[in-house]
Amino acid sequence: MYEKIWEAHLVAEAPGQPSLIYIDRHLVHEGTSPQAFSGLKMAGRKVRRPDLTFAVMDHSVPTKDRHLPLVDQVAAAQFDALERNCREAGILLFNMQNPNQGIVHVIGPELGITQPGLTIVCGDSHTSTHGAFGALAFGIGTSELEHVLATQCLSQFKSKTMLVRVDGKRARGVTAKDIILAIIGKIGIAGGTGHVIEYAGEAFRALSMEGRMTVCNMTIEGGARAGMVAPDDTTFAYMEGRPFVPPGKDFQIAVDHWKSISTDPGAPYDRVVELDAAQIAPQVTWGTNPGMVTDVTGRVPEPNSFTDSVDRKAATRALEYMGLQPGTRITDIALDRVFIGSCTNSRLDDLRLAARVVAGKKVSKSLKAALVVPGSRHIKAQAEKEGLDKVFLAAGFEWRDAGCSMCIGMNADVLPSGERCASTSNRNFEGRQGKGGRTHLVSPMMAAAAAIEGHFVDIRKWDVGHVE
Amino acid sequence: MTPFQKHTGLVAPLDRVNVDTDQMVPKQFLKWLTREGYGRVLFYDWRYLEGEKPNPDFVLNRLRYQGASILITRANFGCGSSREHAPWALLDYGFRAILAPSYADIFYNNCFKNGVLPVTLPDAEIDELFRRIEKNQGYRLTVDLETQSITDDAGLKLAFQVNPFRRECLLKGLDDIGLTLRVEDRIAGYEKAHRPSAVMYEPVDSLVSKDSQ
Repeated sequence: MYEKIWEAHLVAEAPGQPSLIYIDRHLVHEGTSPQAFSGLKMAGRKVRRPDLTFAVMDHSVPTKDRHLPLVDQVAAAQFDALERNCREAGILLFNMQNPNQGIVHVIGPELGITQPGLTIVCGDSHTSTHGAFGALAFGIGTSELEHVLATQCLSQFKSKTMLVRVDGKRARGVTAKDIILAIIGKIGIAGGTGHVIEYAGEAFRALSMEGRMTVCNMTIEGGARAGMVAPDDTTFAYMEGRPFVPPGKDFQIAVDHWKSISTDPGAPYDRVVELDAAQIAPQVTWGTNPGMVTDVTGRVPEPNSFTDSVDRKAATRALEYMGLQPGTRITDIALDRVFIGSCTNSRLDDLRLAARVVAGKKVSKSLKAALVVPGSRHIKAQAEKEGLDKVFLAAGFEWRDAGCSMCIGMNADVLPSGERCASTSNRNFEGRQGKGGRTHLVSPMMAAAAAIEGHFVDIRKWDVGHVE
Repeated sequence: MTPFQKHTGLVAPLDRVNVDTDQMVPKQFLKWLTREGYGRVLFYDWRYLEGEKPNPDFVLNRLRYQGASILITRANFGCGSSREHAPWALLDYGFRAILAPSYADIFYNNCFKNGVLPVTLPDAEIDELFRRIEKNQGYRLTVDLETQSITDDAGLKLAFQVNPFRRECLLKGLDDIGLTLRVEDRIAGYEKAHRPSAVMYEPVDSLVSKDSQ
């Protein structure tokens, strides 16, 4: 599939040089784009294809009181720059008042801008999300962003390919998030470096598009720039009727084309990794990168259990930062905050699952705050139509407006120093959610259950009715 | 872009594995509109205590590493976020070359776009360099991209590999976009043949009904 999309987008190639690849969709946000636009201007260049470029405000947007003037003047300057740059270039922008606003990797698929077989880039590493549709999608730096604005192409060396096959049926309470965390735990956070990953097998076929997006989203946390799932009926059903997807007869033509991009049977991969979904338990990270992860039934590891001295040192340092004692049961870790949101887990499916867990219950008194931040304003509106906001609010959660929020803490949603957070986001790096903040990555169901109990629990033991 | 040909300078050790770009430039500095000025905030949370007082425990704050322009570190350097602020900060601080056993893909790319040379060396050679730095105050290295070699004053000589195309671009400080625009006719040809487009078939506010099905 990677090879097919690559070949179909080749503009130029020469031996020993990176190939020039055509980019079908360029997504832009306020965080990494201003320097690219000003570089373009300085060189007297124009945006080549504003019609293939889409912009949204997500990283620094406030998630409450959006009708009030912005408090953060540095962020305000960034928003102004994006407004100006998009206006001058003729780029469609979803600003923070727009009903289509949301996290860039949520709204791309939601609007149907993301489609199978396309090349998609964005100045954000979680662009891998869009690979869930069978697109070749990856994050780029600001210089590359400027290159795409100017030429609608990107110079790339071809990656190696890795097949991650997960067969078997996952247990109730085990979600896409647990599958990808288990994969990263197995291959390590640099395991996918230099590769594009294709996810195949029964477990991915059984996932909703939301679940597949969660998996592809965190591909970068395993070191691979892009992750892909071959499009199938689940993909097409999700896409039909979205604003940028061809309707009627043209939809069938599109589907026929999309079916043709799947990997041919027997095609070779540079590396193959296999897991059994039935063996995967709900996952919780204990350290300061997503590969430092274990089963909810496990314990915080002893640094001495690592054979490599560099790993030992990293584990020691991570436990010190996390304020954890080796041997502590994961279910004994008490929390200060819970965050449900981010481009990993803020879609309708995620919110529905979390709401099912909290329905009729109360957030533990030991928690300082529990936050639900929908991935887009459409998701927010739809969730409210289904009454999910009331479920969360009644339980004691805060219900916010769409944005990246406490995943990156560029707005006011910051995890205070020393506090411990169960988070549905993607990175538990030191200081990621706030300087000194301690992040545990989990699924939305786990985060919801942890909010109720004040500590992690084995969600498989809860009766939350039929799931998916 | 600043070309990189040959550089001699003081070496600073950062003995940590998986250093992510969040550590190089924390989020609060991603709101600036410029490419300059990030040197002050490089490794911010590690480097400073409350009130931006230098943290005496952080290695780059030690007197013997002041003025360092070569950074040696461990595997998977630059993992995580794609923020190009990371190489901007390294360069602005004064680092022209990084030596490590491996790098994350996006960061590695971003370095070459900014005149920072990321050199990949085997673990054993990185270990040896860490030892030499520890033993010799004011330890300096010469990183020569032309000859693809690293040397010190004591006769050490290490060879390294780098993609010939990347090497050429960095040696000459070539403008990527300018290079691509040389084949502008190929881009136009591709567009004529494939007609890439993004058509909005329905006004974008009609979406809620789709998800309620």
